[in-house]
Amino acid sequence: MIVFEAIAAFFIVLGAFFMFVGSLALAIMPDMMRRLHGPTKASTLGLGAILFGSMVYSFGVRGEPSVHEFLIIVFVFITAPVSGMMIAKAFILTNHAVRPTLTATGTATGWATLDPGAPTSDRLPPAIKAD
Amino acid sequence: MIGVACIIAFSLATISLVLTGYRLVVGPDPLDRVLALDTLVINAIGLIAAMGVWFATSMYFEMSLLFAVFGFLSTVAFCKYILRGNVIE
Repeated sequence: MIVFEAIAAFFIVLGAFFMFVGSLALAIMPDMMRRLHGPTKASTLGLGAILFGSMVYSFGVRGEPSVHEFLIIVFVFITAPVSGMMIAKAFILTNHAVRPTLTATGTATGWATLDPGAPTSDRLPPAIKAD
Repeated sequence: MIGVACIIAFSLATISLVLTGYRLVVGPDPLDRVLALDTLVINAIGLIAAMGVWFATSMYFEMSLLFAVFGFLSTVAFCKYILRGNVIE
Protein backbone atom coordinates (compact mmCIF):
# COMPACT_ATOMS: atom_id res chain seq x y z
CA MET A 1 0.00 0.00 0.00
CA ILE A 2 2.61 2.50 1.10
CA VAL A 3 4.78 1.41 -1.83
CA PHE A 4 2.00 2.16 -4.33
CA GLU A 5 1.31 5.48 -2.66
CA ALA A 6 4.99 6.42 -2.82
CA ILE A 7 5.19 5.49 -6.51
CA ALA A 8 2.04 7.49 -7.27
CA ALA A 9 3.32 10.52 -5.35
CA PHE A 10 6.68 10.33 -7.12
CA PHE A 11 5.09 10.21 -10.56
CA ILE A 12 2.67 13.04 -9.80
CA VAL A 13 5.47 15.32 -8.60
CA LEU A 14 7.66 14.34 -11.58
CA GLY A 15 4.85 15.06 -14.03
CA ALA A 16 4.06 18.41 -12.44
CA PHE A 17 7.74 19.34 -12.63
CA PHE A 18 7.95 18.49 -16.34
CA MET A 19 4.74 20.40 -17.03
CA PHE A 20 6.21 23.42 -15.25
CA VAL A 21 9.44 23.16 -17.27
CA GLY A 22 7.48 23.05 -20.53
CA SER A 23 5.43 26.11 -19.65
CA LEU A 24 8.55 27.96 -18.46
CA ALA A 25 10.19 27.24 -21.82
CA LEU A 26 7.07 28.54 -23.56
CA ALA A 27 7.20 31.74 -21.51
CA ILE A 28 10.89 32.68 -21.65
CA MET A 29 12.29 31.31 -24.94
CA PRO A 30 13.14 34.01 -27.50
CA ASP A 31 11.62 32.81 -30.79
CA MET A 32 8.79 30.65 -32.04
CA MET A 33 10.63 27.42 -32.92
CA ARG A 34 12.37 27.26 -29.55
CA ARG A 35 9.08 28.03 -27.86
CA LEU A 36 7.50 25.17 -29.77
CA HIS A 37 10.22 22.77 -28.67
CA GLY A 38 9.54 22.98 -24.95
CA PRO A 39 5.81 22.28 -24.49
CA THR A 40 5.42 19.59 -27.16
CA LYS A 41 7.81 17.29 -25.33
CA ALA A 42 7.77 18.32 -21.71
CA SER A 43 4.02 18.76 -21.38
CA THR A 44 3.29 15.40 -22.96
CA LEU A 45 5.80 13.68 -20.69
CA GLY A 46 4.49 15.57 -17.66
CA LEU A 47 0.87 14.78 -18.42
CA GLY A 48 1.78 11.13 -19.03
CA ALA A 49 3.57 10.92 -15.68
CA ILE A 50 0.69 12.58 -13.79
CA LEU A 51 -1.88 10.27 -15.36
CA PHE A 52 0.33 7.23 -14.74
CA GLY A 53 0.61 8.26 -11.10
CA SER A 54 -3.17 8.61 -10.92
CA MET A 55 -3.53 5.14 -12.46
CA VAL A 56 -1.11 3.62 -9.92
CA TYR A 57 -2.94 5.38 -7.08
CA SER A 58 -6.41 4.18 -8.07
CA PHE A 59 -5.10 0.64 -8.65
CA GLY A 60 -2.87 0.23 -5.60
CA VAL A 61 -4.41 2.44 -2.90
CA ARG A 62 -8.11 2.77 -3.70
CA GLY A 63 -8.29 -0.80 -4.99
CA GLU A 64 -10.32 -0.03 -8.10
CA PRO A 65 -8.32 -0.33 -11.33
CA SER A 66 -9.05 2.46 -13.81
CA VAL A 67 -8.26 2.60 -17.52
CA HIS A 68 -9.62 6.09 -18.21
CA GLU A 69 -6.18 7.59 -17.65
CA PHE A 70 -4.69 5.21 -20.16
CA LEU A 71 -7.25 6.42 -22.70
CA ILE A 72 -6.24 10.04 -22.12
CA ILE A 73 -2.52 9.13 -22.30
CA VAL A 74 -3.00 7.39 -25.66
CA PHE A 75 -5.06 10.25 -27.05
CA VAL A 76 -2.62 12.94 -25.95
CA PHE A 77 0.42 10.99 -27.15
CA ILE A 78 -1.17 10.62 -30.58
CA THR A 79 -2.43 14.18 -30.95
CA ALA A 80 0.42 16.22 -29.43
CA PRO A 81 2.94 15.53 -32.28
CA VAL A 82 0.22 16.25 -34.85
CA SER A 83 -0.60 19.64 -33.36
CA GLY A 84 3.13 20.40 -33.00
CA MET A 85 3.68 19.60 -36.67
CA MET A 86 0.67 21.71 -37.67
CA ILE A 87 1.96 24.71 -35.73
CA ALA A 88 5.50 24.33 -37.14
CA LYS A 89 4.17 24.03 -40.69
CA ALA A 90 1.93 27.07 -40.31
CA PHE A 91 4.87 29.00 -38.85
CA ILE A 92 7.25 28.10 -41.69
CA LEU A 93 4.67 28.90 -44.36
CA THR A 94 3.44 32.19 -42.91
CA ASN A 95 6.71 33.68 -41.68
CA HIS A 96 8.71 34.91 -44.65
CA ALA A 97 11.71 35.98 -42.57
CA VAL A 98 12.63 32.40 -41.62
CA ARG A 99 12.32 30.79 -45.01
CA PRO A 100 15.68 31.98 -46.44
CA THR A 101 17.47 30.71 -43.32
CA LEU A 102 16.39 27.09 -43.84
CA THR A 103 18.52 24.49 -45.59
CA ALA A 104 17.73 23.99 -49.28
CA THR A 105 15.35 21.12 -50.03
CA GLY A 106 16.90 20.25 -53.40
CA THR A 107 13.61 20.74 -55.25
CA ALA A 108 11.77 23.75 -56.60
CA THR A 109 9.30 23.89 -53.72
CA GLY A 110 10.27 24.89 -50.21
CA TRP A 111 9.80 23.22 -46.85
CA ALA A 112 6.41 21.98 -45.58
CA THR A 113 4.82 22.17 -49.03
CA LEU A 114 3.47 19.50 -51.31
CA ASP A 115 5.86 18.99 -54.24
CA PRO A 116 3.80 18.38 -57.40
CA GLY A 117 6.68 16.65 -59.20
CA ALA A 118 7.59 14.43 -56.28
CA PRO A 119 8.20 10.72 -56.86
CA THR A 120 4.85 9.98 -55.20
CA SER A 121 3.19 9.93 -58.63
CA ASP A 122 5.63 7.26 -59.81
CA ARG A 123 4.67 4.99 -56.95
CA LEU A 124 0.97 5.04 -57.83
CA PRO A 125 -0.45 1.99 -59.59
CA PRO A 126 -0.86 2.32 -63.41
CA ALA A 127 -4.66 2.39 -63.31
CA ILE A 128 -4.68 5.48 -61.14
CA LYS A 129 -1.84 7.10 -63.06
CA ALA A 130 -3.74 6.73 -66.37
CA ASP A 131 -6.49 8.96 -65.04
CA MET B 1 2.30 11.58 1.23
CA ILE B 2 -0.10 11.72 -1.69
CA GLY B 3 -1.62 14.89 -0.25
CA VAL B 4 1.74 16.67 -0.29
CA ALA B 5 2.38 15.45 -3.83
CA CYS B 6 -1.03 16.74 -4.92
CA ILE B 7 -0.41 20.14 -3.33
CA ILE B 8 2.96 20.37 -5.14
CA ALA B 9 1.24 19.37 -8.38
CA PHE B 10 -1.48 22.00 -7.86
CA SER B 11 1.12 24.71 -7.24
CA LEU B 12 3.28 23.80 -10.24
CA ALA B 13 0.26 23.44 -12.52
CA THR B 14 -1.07 26.83 -11.43
CA ILE B 15 2.30 28.49 -12.06
CA SER B 16 2.36 26.77 -15.46
CA LEU B 17 -1.11 28.11 -16.24
CA VAL B 18 0.01 31.62 -15.32
CA LEU B 19 3.15 31.36 -17.51
CA THR B 20 1.09 30.02 -20.40
CA GLY B 21 -1.46 32.78 -19.92
CA TYR B 22 1.38 35.30 -20.07
CA ARG B 23 2.41 33.94 -23.48
CA LEU B 24 -1.24 33.86 -24.55
CA VAL B 25 -1.63 37.56 -23.78
CA VAL B 26 1.83 38.82 -24.82
CA GLY B 27 2.71 36.49 -27.71
CA PRO B 28 3.65 38.64 -30.72
CA ASP B 29 2.50 36.17 -33.37
CA PRO B 30 -0.95 34.55 -33.69
CA LEU B 31 0.78 31.16 -33.78
CA ASP B 32 2.36 31.90 -30.40
CA ARG B 33 -1.14 32.31 -29.05
CA VAL B 34 -2.28 29.06 -30.69
CA LEU B 35 0.67 27.23 -29.12
CA ALA B 36 -0.05 28.86 -25.76
CA LEU B 37 -3.68 27.73 -25.98
CA ASP B 38 -2.57 24.16 -26.74
CA THR B 39 -0.21 24.15 -23.75
CA LEU B 40 -2.93 25.74 -21.60
CA VAL B 41 -5.24 22.83 -22.37
CA ILE B 42 -2.48 20.31 -21.57
CA ASN B 43 -1.82 22.03 -18.22
CA ALA B 44 -5.54 22.10 -17.45
CA ILE B 45 -5.74 18.35 -18.09
CA GLY B 46 -2.85 17.80 -15.68
CA LEU B 47 -4.53 19.97 -13.03
CA ILE B 48 -7.81 18.08 -13.45
CA ALA B 49 -6.02 14.72 -13.16
CA ALA B 50 -4.32 15.85 -9.94
CA MET B 51 -7.72 16.99 -8.65
CA GLY B 52 -9.09 13.52 -9.39
CA VAL B 53 -6.36 12.02 -7.19
CA TRP B 54 -6.93 14.64 -4.45
CA PHE B 55 -10.70 14.07 -4.20
CA ALA B 56 -10.30 10.29 -4.75
CA THR B 57 -12.93 10.21 -7.46
CA SER B 58 -12.96 9.01 -11.06
CA MET B 59 -15.58 11.55 -12.08
CA TYR B 60 -13.12 14.01 -13.62
CA PHE B 61 -11.72 11.79 -16.36
CA GLU B 62 -14.53 12.43 -18.79
CA MET B 63 -13.82 16.12 -18.36
CA SER B 64 -10.11 15.53 -19.05
CA LEU B 65 -10.96 13.57 -22.17
CA LEU B 66 -13.28 16.30 -23.42
CA PHE B 67 -10.58 18.89 -22.76
CA ALA B 68 -8.07 16.80 -24.72
CA VAL B 69 -10.40 16.37 -27.69
CA PHE B 70 -11.44 20.01 -27.88
CA GLY B 71 -7.89 21.25 -27.34
CA PHE B 72 -6.59 19.20 -30.23
CA LEU B 73 -9.48 20.16 -32.50
CA SER B 74 -9.15 23.86 -31.75
CA THR B 75 -5.38 23.77 -32.36
CA VAL B 76 -5.80 22.08 -35.74
CA ALA B 77 -8.65 24.40 -36.70
CA PHE B 78 -6.67 27.53 -35.75
CA CYS B 79 -3.63 26.29 -37.69
CA LYS B 80 -5.74 25.56 -40.76
CA TYR B 81 -7.34 28.97 -40.48
CA ILE B 82 -4.01 30.79 -40.21
CA LEU B 83 -2.53 28.71 -43.04
CA ARG B 84 -5.40 28.76 -45.51
CA GLY B 85 -7.80 31.48 -44.35
CA ASN B 86 -10.51 28.86 -44.07
CA VAL B 87 -11.11 25.86 -41.83
CA ILE B 88 -13.01 23.49 -44.12
CA GLU B 89 -12.49 24.01 -47.83
